[in-house]
Amino acid sequence: MRKIADKDIRIGVFVCHCGTNIGGVLDVPSLAEYAKTLPHVTYSADNLYTCSEVGLTEIKKNIKEQELNRVIVASCSPRTHEPLFRAICEEAGLNPYLFEMVNIRDQDSWVHMKEPEKGMEKAKDLIRMSVHKAALLEPLERIKVSVTQSAIVLGGGISGITAALNLANQGFEVSLIEKEPELGGLLKSLNKVFPSNEEASKLLDSIKLVESHEKIKVYKSCIIEKVDGFIGNYKVSVKQNNKLDEIEAGVIIIATGATPLNPDGYYGYNGKNIISQLDLESLLKNNTVDANNITMILCVGCRNKERTYCSSICCMSAIKNAMLIMEKNPDAHITILFQDIQAPGTVYENYYRKSREMGVLFIKYLSEKPPVIKKNVVKVYSDLLNQEIEIPQDLVVLSTPLVANEDSVLLAKMLKVPLEENNFFLEAHVKLRPVDFATDGVYVCGSAHWPADIAESTSQANAAASRASRILWKDTLEVEGSTAEVIEELCIGCEACIKICPYKAISKDETTDTARVNRVICKGCGLCGASCPKNAIIIHHFTGDQIRAEILTYGGEV
Amino acid sequence: MTFEPKILGFLCNWCSYAGADLAGVSRIQYPPNLRVIRVMCSGRVDPSFVADAFVHGIDGVLVLGCHLGDCHYLTGNYEAEIKMNALSKLLKLVNFSNRMRLDWVSASEGNRFAQIVSEFTNHIQKLGPSPIHEKKKNTEINDNLEAVKNVLEDSRLRGLIARQRELVTDGNVYGEKISAERFESLIDEVIQNEFIRHKIIVKIRKKGKSIPIIANEIGVKASEVLEHIVVLRSRGLVDVDEINEEIPTFISIMGG
Repeated sequence: MRKIADKDIRIGVFVCHCGTNIGGVLDVPSLAEYAKTLPHVTYSADNLYTCSEVGLTEIKKNIKEQELNRVIVASCSPRTHEPLFRAICEEAGLNPYLFEMVNIRDQDSWVHMKEPEKGMEKAKDLIRMSVHKAALLEPLERIKVSVTQSAIVLGGGISGITAALNLANQGFEVSLIEKEPELGGLLKSLNKVFPSNEEASKLLDSIKLVESHEKIKVYKSCIIEKVDGFIGNYKVSVKQNNKLDEIEAGVIIIATGATPLNPDGYYGYNGKNIISQLDLESLLKNNTVDANNITMILCVGCRNKERTYCSSICCMSAIKNAMLIMEKNPDAHITILFQDIQAPGTVYENYYRKSREMGVLFIKYLSEKPPVIKKNVVKVYSDLLNQEIEIPQDLVVLSTPLVANEDSVLLAKMLKVPLEENNFFLEAHVKLRPVDFATDGVYVCGSAHWPADIAESTSQANAAASRASRILWKDTLEVEGSTAEVIEELCIGCEACIKICPYKAISKDETTDTARVNRVICKGCGLCGASCPKNAIIIHHFTGDQIRAEILTYGGEV
Repeated sequence: MTFEPKILGFLCNWCSYAGADLAGVSRIQYPPNLRVIRVMCSGRVDPSFVADAFVHGIDGVLVLGCHLGDCHYLTGNYEAEIKMNALSKLLKLVNFSNRMRLDWVSASEGNRFAQIVSEFTNHIQKLGPSPIHEKKKNTEINDNLEAVKNVLEDSRLRGLIARQRELVTDGNVYGEKISAERFESLIDEVIQNEFIRHKIIVKIRKKGKSIPIIANEIGVKASEVLEHIVVLRSRGLVDVDEINEEIPTFISIMGG
């Protein structure tokens, strides 16, 4: 856009009384008079309420009549009112980024009520600082990018199935990509699920819905080769049966799940009389549990130095299987050796209590004194009794944790999203943005994020789908004008900005060997600009020159 | 008349600026000395902005961001902390580090915001006006602050600060890391050397001076000055001005 010559800058300053909120403390008319004395200010006025219809009309009228090309409103907080005033400027044909706001209410008249003279001094300083910044403002463009209104869901387990159905039922095209030959994920290997004790296969009925859905295209035995693009415009290369394909989508949902830790090497696992909880699921499925004295050991291979975390689902699945055995064989003796029982909420807690009422025995062991499996007995030290107990056994069942998939590291790199220390996907904010990433347009649900049971997986999947649909419902995205820009001539290609950018918005242009900002991804935070060794990055709307103008105006010459 | 310090605050849009607004909505009264510059993130605050403020006579600078872990931009306030930590080390050399404070205020902490502003204003009031205002114009302080500003704009320190997280936490492309202590001592060393080098440049900006004279003016051993001059010459920032009776004088050729 055309740069305006210094002499042609015409600033209009509108000072608001906000009823008595500002006018009751500060002398608003004299602030408007003061503004007239400042450089480039060609018009100033005071209004009773600048944000009222009358006040807004006044701004629009004067932009036209006075040919204003910068507008300043001295009133309340830009956090609440900047969008309104910007929109008014735009209506009058002025670029919205040529607007500045001075906060003389929330940060002046309201907090210096007993010192109006000093409040006046402050208001004058703030208006003066703003005028000097405004003179340096540049018109900026909000760019529009089109959105491919379809989604890619990675992973065909219960999370991926749920997310895909959610989006498809809203009318969006979904590509569901599964690396295994069949959909269903871990649920396929389960017998019944807690706390409802439903058949897992019943939950898998939704696979039929997915496979027959006209909006869902299922890719089985399919792996991701490459991910390009950004929010609204992803291009994913996939390989299926050695055939390459490219899928376009506006959003990507990660529902790749997790892998049960292989119990080999733990407690003499042999898959016969020392088995895993997953092995037990298939014995229960086939009704071939042939044991009376069963000991289950929890936290096998986790909550230790190597894997400090709690896998969160194992307590409940062990309790479930114990009860299922007891239901069929009330004479069975089942002992669960645990470190801590995690049964949160009223439903899970009741489930746990029920198992105790049925006669399942719970013994706490210490991680530094793990149980020892001998022929026909398990020896365990009970801290409570302060002695070693021997429990007869003819079957030992080990609960191993879910661990991150091996390919999660590669996938995270391709999608430019972070992993936590155990290689599970790390969300943008644990409480405020639990299924988002900093990278817009990518979402996570289910055990890819953290070991999750079915209720958690499906609610996260629906959450991810609903977050994704916020993007998909629009055919274009409007992107903020105040973003970063690299001055190619100054850039030395050191890549410091690329590492610092929290949004991975900066990449290296291989032809020029300089950094380049993708404005669609950039959020305008300014970290790169404040860090660039060569001062080669402009943060539009908060440029070094504009901020220095404010500093120097307040400081003055020494 | 009591001294009314000029205090400048850089407030991030999402937390601390919102906290300041909340102090207003709650009508919490605090000293009227603060002037606020709103930035989107505390990580936007280039350390050289703070130096600019001191060069231009501001008595105290507050940089306020979201609490660690709550940054709207995820890691912006960590970057702010890294930058302000380095800045503080540099300001210590010229006795200005106690005129700057980095702190965190959330959008719900109107009270905390007012309290920080009050505390800091009182603190600066006790400290007195910036020495740059001293009546008998003290050019040493001007030179010092100018050198500080130049160090902060120079790519050497900036490059190191920008890579702190990469070097200490994330590891470089080979996965190599250095310890936090090692980084601290590295940054101390760079700050020390770069400050002296930029101080030399400031001293020979207008007039060529011999090494003993420079050494005397900046209070550093002549042998050390010589070493720095050699570095500065190799960077093309300093050159021989003239040679009088076999003693060379050096002059800054900064900016061509």
